[in-house]
Amino acid sequence: MGFSDETRERAREIIARYPADRSRSALLPLLHLVQSEEGYVSPAGVEFCAEVLGLNKAQVGAVATFYTMYKRRPTGDYLVSVCTNTMCNVLGGQEVYDTVAEYLGVGHEETTADGKITLEHAECLAACDYGPVLTVNYDFFDGVDPAGAVKIVDELRAGGRPTPSRGARLCTLREMSVQLAGFADSREGAVADGVPGEPTLRGLRLAEQHGISVPGFDPNTPIRSKDAPAPATPAKAAPTGSTAPDVKAPDAKSPEVRAAETRQPDAKTPAPDSPGTRVPVDGTAPAPRDAQAAEAAGVAENAPAGDGKPAGDSSEAQERSLDEASASARSELASPAVASEKEAQQ
Amino acid sequence: MTTPRPETLAKLTPVLTKRWLSPDAWQLRTYERLDGYAALRKALKAHPDDLIQLVKDSGLRGRGGAGFPTGLKWGFIPQGDGKPHYLVVNADEGEPGTCKDLPLMTHDPHSLVEGVIIASYAIRANRAYIYIRGEAVHAARRLRHAVDEAYARGYLGRNILGSGFDLDLVVHSGAGAYICGEETALLDSLEGFRGQPRLRPPFPATHGLYACPTVVNNVGTIASVPYIVLGGADWWKTMGTEKSSGPMIYSLSGRIANPGQYECSMGVTLRELIELAGGMKPGHNLRFWTPGGSSTPLLTADHLDVPLDFEGVAAAGSILGTTATQIFSDQDCPVYATYRWLEFYHHESCGKCTPCREGNYWMVRVYRRILAGQGTHEDLDTLLDTCDNVLGRAFCGLGDGATSPVTSSLKYFKQDYLDYIEGRKTPRLSEKTLVGAH
Ligand SMILES: Cc1cc2nc3c(=O)[nH]c(=O)nc-3n(C[C@H](O)[C@H](O)[C@H](O)COP(=O)(O)O)c2cc1C
Ligand code: SF4
Ligand code: FES
Repeated sequence: MGFSDETRERAREIIARYPADRSRSALLPLLHLVQSEEGYVSPAGVEFCAEVLGLNKAQVGAVATFYTMYKRRPTGDYLVSVCTNTMCNVLGGQEVYDTVAEYLGVGHEETTADGKITLEHAECLAACDYGPVLTVNYDFFDGVDPAGAVKIVDELRAGGRPTPSRGARLCTLREMSVQLAGFADSREGAVADGVPGEPTLRGLRLAEQHGISVPGFDPNTPIRSKDAPAPATPAKAAPTGSTAPDVKAPDAKSPEVRAAETRQPDAKTPAPDSPGTRVPVDGTAPAPRDAQAAEAAGVAENAPAGDGKPAGDSSEAQERSLDEASASARSELASPAVASEKEAQQ
Repeated sequence: MTTPRPETLAKLTPVLTKRWLSPDAWQLRTYERLDGYAALRKALKAHPDDLIQLVKDSGLRGRGGAGFPTGLKWGFIPQGDGKPHYLVVNADEGEPGTCKDLPLMTHDPHSLVEGVIIASYAIRANRAYIYIRGEAVHAARRLRHAVDEAYARGYLGRNILGSGFDLDLVVHSGAGAYICGEETALLDSLEGFRGQPRLRPPFPATHGLYACPTVVNNVGTIASVPYIVLGGADWWKTMGTEKSSGPMIYSLSGRIANPGQYECSMGVTLRELIELAGGMKPGHNLRFWTPGGSSTPLLTADHLDVPLDFEGVAAAGSILGTTATQIFSDQDCPVYATYRWLEFYHHESCGKCTPCREGNYWMVRVYRRILAGQGTHEDLDTLLDTCDNVLGRAFCGLGDGATSPVTSSLKYFKQDYLDYIEGRKTPRLSEKTLVGAH
């Protein structure tokens, strides 16, 4: 399929958002864009993205198939997503999904014969305080029950557009895909649509009713300058309020054992950094200049790491990622983790 | 509904959420009337290093789940290295139960934009990205609108407010993948690849976006910055506890009278939060809850008085995570809840490493069998054994997180499992879900 001039123009705008030599960053928005023209990511859409980014179709296809929001079959005008993750599920979301599926006669990621509605069950939509929720083209309908959900899909099929509980008035899935590609909602007033629901405001209303605010806020509090006379805080020892979790290498355990322990905290374990992101720290940042020198040495020694990616993209990329692997092995010296571990051992 | 006691009400600290009560705060003119961009003007007059020190002094810790000290993270960025630096905001909110970043971006998007500009100035980044979850369309509308307004007013672009500092900010929508919340998977996704985590080291602080020094911070973390710049580190520390300073948005969902967002001083307890939320729903008694999303081990009614700060929750054997407290009652089944979470982890596993990809696949099948009334006692050992092989061996936190509900529910609610296995409880799933389970 030939893509419209409008789509081609938009593709150029998308690519221009990213640094010139990093056009591949435009791939996700471009996939939303081709979906806005065809209603799904078709082989032609994959080819279009590959063409404008100078990639091959396999590279684009590998990305397109990874993400849930890129659909591989034609969709209806409205994507109805029912949250069935645990919280919504126990509050009734599973019945909502089952009822709508039976009523429409379609299953997960299937479209009604009239081409109006594509149904899916969704994972937590970040609205658990409104559960059970469903979305139509990603705008929310809160606290739904089976009867209410059937009413919504009936109205959609009859050509109506029920008003979401929060968020903007409905548009079609293709129109929404243009927004997902990073373009402003062109409908007059749509950005202003929707007011916050009660759950969002609950804590605030309580505070307001009881006249509670945080005292002592002075917007003119000066920002301390390091050139100014030193405050009470010692320069090197853990600064006040520094809350670095103490997960520096404290012993001779193998990293694996230590990893398992920090990931499975018990009463004695301090709060770990997110599993896997363990940057061992001891409350003091490594002197930036040390890291800087080490970094510079690493850079001088190694070709700069490109965005080489795992094997399969191209042999060139493969070489680059091999380079990167050895670069990273060597640049460990430059990593803050190692720097502070070394500091700790001293 | 009974009114909470004054000492409980005093735990409320409306700071980041405060503007949500002003319906037009998403618009620049209202935002400016409510202190908006005052912090930016102040920050641009300070030395970037002093801003990093200020954030260190405030004790601010990441709001994305890990609680890493923010100032320290910023300090890791090598300066004068001749490479471009990047700030990437993690707005991929997807941890089950978590629902605080979306309302913030919808109702007060400029506070995030202002925080982005200040943080970028501090770490000397001239390009920043907000990677927002694809499904969060209304938040993205408001955010894109705010960015356009900020450009038009000279808060973004060249020579911001005459300071000589340049910054470009792009709002980049994801496409539906929980794993892209993991910071290195996010960076790969932002570079146009499948969102799969990277090996660390090297860390994003030196090799992040485009292999350049990068700070990845959560929405709440960055949105806190303007308040710290205005009110100062000492004021910030009047809230929270010694090692977990400041206010935190606690997201309450489930079997309580009034679910919703409650911004409180860190260290508030679940007992107090439930009091603020008007108590449990009539007819429901607290049975289990997550302190910070489904990847944090479940707690029970015995933990009502645990201070919900990083240290307090860790001492109780769980993780503060995203302060998404999902509250379940005696009418909810912990085995079924865990099963449904595992379906989620199985669906969202990126497939890069074997323990998570295979472990979740099989654990889902074991749960189906148990819930269909066909489980065996050995199944419980199999579950624990599988968790043993996932936790600490998975490539990223997703795999580790998947084991949390399994091991914690087995720890506190083994009897519920046995009731299914020994036929005392009616099966929740039909046998037709068992295809493929051996
Ligand atoms: C599987 C997984 C999902 C995550 N999802 C998010 C997320 O949606 N939002 C977020 O801010 N952090 C998320 N994180 C944590 C990030 O990796 C990272 O720690 C965080 O963005 C750092 O920001 P902070 O220091 O400001 O908290 C996730 C981590 C893992 C392992
Ligand atoms: S733990 Fe799971 S999500 Fe993380 S890298 Fe391994 S397969 Fe991917
Ligand atoms: S579980 Fe449905 S929105 Fe979170």
